[in-house]
Amino acid sequence: MIGVLALQGNYQKHIQILDTLNIRSMEIRYPEELDSINGLVIPGGESTTITDLMNRIDFFQTLREFSKEKPILGTCAGLIMMAKSVPDSRVEPLGIIDIEIDRNAYGRQIHSFTDKLSVKLNGKESQITATFIRAPKITKVNDEVEIISEYAGEPVAVKQGLHLGLAFHPELDKVTLFHEFAFKSQFINETKKHHAA
Amino acid sequence: MAEKGSYEIKVGLAEMLKGGVIMDVMNADQAKIAEDSGAVAVMALERIPALIREEGGISRASDPQMIKDIQSAVSIPVMAKVRIGHFAEAQIMQALEVDFIDESEVLTPADEHNHIWKHDFTVPFVCGCRNLGEAIRRIGEGAAMIRTKGEAGSGNIVEAVRHMRQVQSDIKKLSVMDQDELMAGSKNMGAPFTLVQQVAKLGKLPVPNFAAGGIATPADASLMMQLGAETVFVGSGIFMSEDPAPRAKAIVEAVTYYKDPKKLVEISTGLQSAMKGLDMSEIPEGERLQERGW
Repeated sequence: MIGVLALQGNYQKHIQILDTLNIRSMEIRYPEELDSINGLVIPGGESTTITDLMNRIDFFQTLREFSKEKPILGTCAGLIMMAKSVPDSRVEPLGIIDIEIDRNAYGRQIHSFTDKLSVKLNGKESQITATFIRAPKITKVNDEVEIISEYAGEPVAVKQGLHLGLAFHPELDKVTLFHEFAFKSQFINETKKHHAA
Repeated sequence: MAEKGSYEIKVGLAEMLKGGVIMDVMNADQAKIAEDSGAVAVMALERIPALIREEGGISRASDPQMIKDIQSAVSIPVMAKVRIGHFAEAQIMQALEVDFIDESEVLTPADEHNHIWKHDFTVPFVCGCRNLGEAIRRIGEGAAMIRTKGEAGSGNIVEAVRHMRQVQSDIKKLSVMDQDELMAGSKNMGAPFTLVQQVAKLGKLPVPNFAAGGIATPADASLMMQLGAETVFVGSGIFMSEDPAPRAKAIVEAVTYYKDPKKLVEISTGLQSAMKGLDMSEIPEGERLQERGW
C-alpha cells in the first residue's frame, strides 16, 4: 500500500498513476496513517499551505522517521518539502534530500512550460515529457545526491537513497516511470511477504 | 523547444490549487494574512463583493499598483478579476503576470453578449457558472477552471449549493444518455457538442470545478467539498468577519478535513461571529450578481 499525502494539492492525479501501475494506494491526512503504508507521494500544491497544515497536526517528526526506512517521491511542492534547505521562512522543509531549493524560480504562471527531458534511472536512459508549473529550482546538490535529470544544464530530478525528488509533474503527463521505480520494488516485497505468510 | 501557455499547462495550475482555499484580498496586508493562514492563492480586488453591494457604482479591474504590491508581498499565486468581456483589462492583467484571471460577474460586465476568447491568452482563466451549459460554454471559450457562482457578497451559502447541485445533476443526466440523445442534450443546454460528449464520457468536467459565493464558515466549506467542489473561494466571508485570521485558518483546515465531523468540531470551536449575511429575499432580482454572464 502506497500513501499519497492529501493535505492539499493534486493528490488525485498521483492516485491515478498508481492505479495504472496496479499499486494500491490511500490518501494520507493524519500522521498515524503512515503506519499502514510502505511508501509515500508528496504531491504538487502550495508548499506554504502544506507546511502550515503539517505544523497543525505535528506531521514533521513522524514523516522524518518514516523516511529513514520507506521511500518518498516528491513532485514540485513535494520536492520543496523534501529539501534540506529552503531560504524562505514561510516553508519548513523535512530535510530528506540534501539539496537547496529556490521556490518559483522559473517565474510566474505565464512562464510555466512543457518540454522533453532525458532521465537516467537504474542505468537506463528514458525520454519523457515534463510539465513545470511555477516550478522550483534545485540550487545546491550535496555529494550524496544523484542527479537523474537536467534541464538547460540545471538539475530537475534527484535521487538520494530510497527517495526521489522532481521539480516537474510526471502525473500531469501520465509518466509512470518514477512511481514505478520508487514503489514497485516495495510493492513486490509486500506481495512476497504476503505470499510467505 | 519549451512550450508555454498550452491548455494543459493552464489546467495544470488549477490542478495544483485543489484541496485548498483561495481568498479575496484588497491589499498586501490582507494578502499576507491569507498566505500565513494557509491560502493556496489570493484573489486581488479593490472591493470585496459585500462592499461592492453596499457602495454600488461601477466595479472594474484593480489598480496595477495594488496588484504589484500584493505580488511582492506573497509567494502564492496571485489572481485578479476582470469584467466579463473586457479583454483589454485581461491583456493588462496578463502583462502584469498575474497567475490566473477571473472573468467575473462580481465586476460590472463590459459586454452583455460575449465573454472573452480565453484561448488567445497565455495566462489561465477561471469563470463562474450556475449550470452545466454555462460551464461548458466557458470551457469552450478556454476557461481552465470553473467555479460555481453562488451569490457573491451575500454570506449566504444557499445559491452556491443550488449551483453546485445543478451542475452535478446536469452531469449525471448526461452520463446516462445514449449517444443519439447527446445532440439534443447539447442543444438544450446551449453548449458545444464535442465538449458535451467529453463530459458525458468522463462523468465530470474536463477542468477542476471549484465553489464560490457565500462561503462564511468551516461548515460551509465542508458542505461544498462534500457536494463535489475541489477547492473553495472565500470572498467577503473572511475579511467581513470579526476574526479574519483565525477564520481563514479554520476554513483552510475544514477543506482538508471536510469528511471528518469530529475534526470539524475542533476547527469550528472558538470562532467569533461570521459575517452577518443577507437572505436572498433582501437582494432584489435585478441586483443579483449571479445573473451576469451568458
